[in-house]
Amino acid sequence: MTTATTAPPAPVAPALFDAAARRADFPALDQQVHGKPLVYLDSAATTQKPRAVIDAISRFYERDNANVHRGVHALSERATKAFEGARLTVARFLNADPREVVFVRGATEAINLVAASFGRPRLQAGDELVVTTLEHHSNIVPWQLLAAATGSRVVPAPIDDAGDLDLAGLERLLGPRVKLLAVTQVSNAIGTVTPLEAIIAMARARGIPVLVDGAQGAPHLGVDVRALGADFYVFSGHKIYGPTGIGVLWARREHLEAMPPWQGGGDMIRSVSFEKTTFNEVPYKFEAGTPDIAGAVGLAAALDYLQAIGLPAIAHHEAALLRQAERALLAVPGVRLVGTPRQRAGVLSFLVGDIHPHDLATIVDRQGVAIRAGHHCAQPIMQRFKLAATARASFGLYSTTADVEALVRALQAAIKVFA
Amino acid sequence: MSELTDLYQEVILDHGKKPRNFGPMEGATASAEGLNPLCGDHLLLQVKVADGKVVEARFTGTGCAISRASASVMTGLVKGKTQAEVEAMFQVFHALVTGGPGPHPDLEALGKLAVFGGVHEFPTRVKCASLAWHTLRSALQGHATVSTE
Repeated sequence: MTTATTAPPAPVAPALFDAAARRADFPALDQQVHGKPLVYLDSAATTQKPRAVIDAISRFYERDNANVHRGVHALSERATKAFEGARLTVARFLNADPREVVFVRGATEAINLVAASFGRPRLQAGDELVVTTLEHHSNIVPWQLLAAATGSRVVPAPIDDAGDLDLAGLERLLGPRVKLLAVTQVSNAIGTVTPLEAIIAMARARGIPVLVDGAQGAPHLGVDVRALGADFYVFSGHKIYGPTGIGVLWARREHLEAMPPWQGGGDMIRSVSFEKTTFNEVPYKFEAGTPDIAGAVGLAAALDYLQAIGLPAIAHHEAALLRQAERALLAVPGVRLVGTPRQRAGVLSFLVGDIHPHDLATIVDRQGVAIRAGHHCAQPIMQRFKLAATARASFGLYSTTADVEALVRALQAAIKVFA
Repeated sequence: MSELTDLYQEVILDHGKKPRNFGPMEGATASAEGLNPLCGDHLLLQVKVADGKVVEARFTGTGCAISRASASVMTGLVKGKTQAEVEAMFQVFHALVTGGPGPHPDLEALGKLAVFGGVHEFPTRVKCASLAWHTLRSALQGHATVSTE
């Protein structure tokens, strides 16, 4: 005991994060399912919400609820302040100009907005939209609809056997007819982190606009849109500890200025007459109708919560947990990982022997363990790996090593059923 | 674990692992494809009907233990049955997987279908158990594709 005092403590800065303590911030995690403590490993589908978010939404409805941008009464002023304050919080999170922050329902709606308003007027027959094989259906289908409407074509960018983007293959596709590249920050199905810097540089060198789907990336890695250099970045509130029904489109100001409105209604206009209607300035031009005010307030509370903990600390914790989970799963006989990318965030996709993922999910659910089974709305990846479905465990800031251990025990129980 | 063992009974596990009537059929008179968009599973069901009766039914495709076992048991049971008899059997099956066997199950009417008595405890799996039946009915009615959604 006498010698130990001289040794300096190991550097522990980001590891100070205490997931077990943070867990207590999430009321939904504190429950039993089928008589077992809930082990929630489906955060890629939606995250649980911290008390701070739930309270912010309740507080808004209990005290400040009114419509925004029009009333002169006190509540309307408070509601407007809360809503526009939320936009500032989102802008800080993205390192963006608040005028570049458009509130939408979620990442899906944001992509559809870009397809309709940015894509539609610019695309001509014979043009191409490059979309990677890693994409969620929400970053494929809007482009297919756009292609069908304009006579253009969606071209899939290949991935390799590890589940990483084939950058040389992608580069070959970026020809003169390509009018947009759509790429995810993190694959929701297999967890691949894409090398956005290299991809965006490639596209920009050819003058091709880039849309980045940050639905999975934002909660694990965050983003600095100024440094990123993309043209569009989208994410959903509910995957980053905020409520459902709210999401964000970030776009370069010059794009938003040039893009026509995509939905008409109140709030998005400056003046209306039957002779001539003029539109509001950005971002309001894209926010027709009463927005999800409480949703924006809840999202801002979620981002404040994340900033208070610190995204680097969360990323560090999650990365360590993923490494542990990978090792623990691979130690279970018959487990095979689907996708072994160079860098991974949030998600482990796997198979256990020849047990169908659906059977696996049912059995582990009875142990209280919530995982996802299926194609994860990313069928092109499944086709690439010649699979119909995988089991997927996905993690959040509140996930712990105890969760991983519970998953392993549950998988062993499943193996016993099918032995 | 009791509900789980109700669901994954020996018979189901056995049929799931070694499905009967699995593989393509020569000389099918009707066929249909069944899709479960929830999980991406699909099965192709082929049937040979002669003199108003099912002579043979076979299936191929991918699916979970429940859907494979259901297709395996069903393709065995419907042999020699008329379309009306198949329909009656489906009604018995459907009532069982959605409502359960109840306190006094009619074991005679259920026959081999009784092994699916645990499915009703797992509402998300009813579609897995029903896929083969929906697909067969679709084939017999002359439709090409059926989806559980």
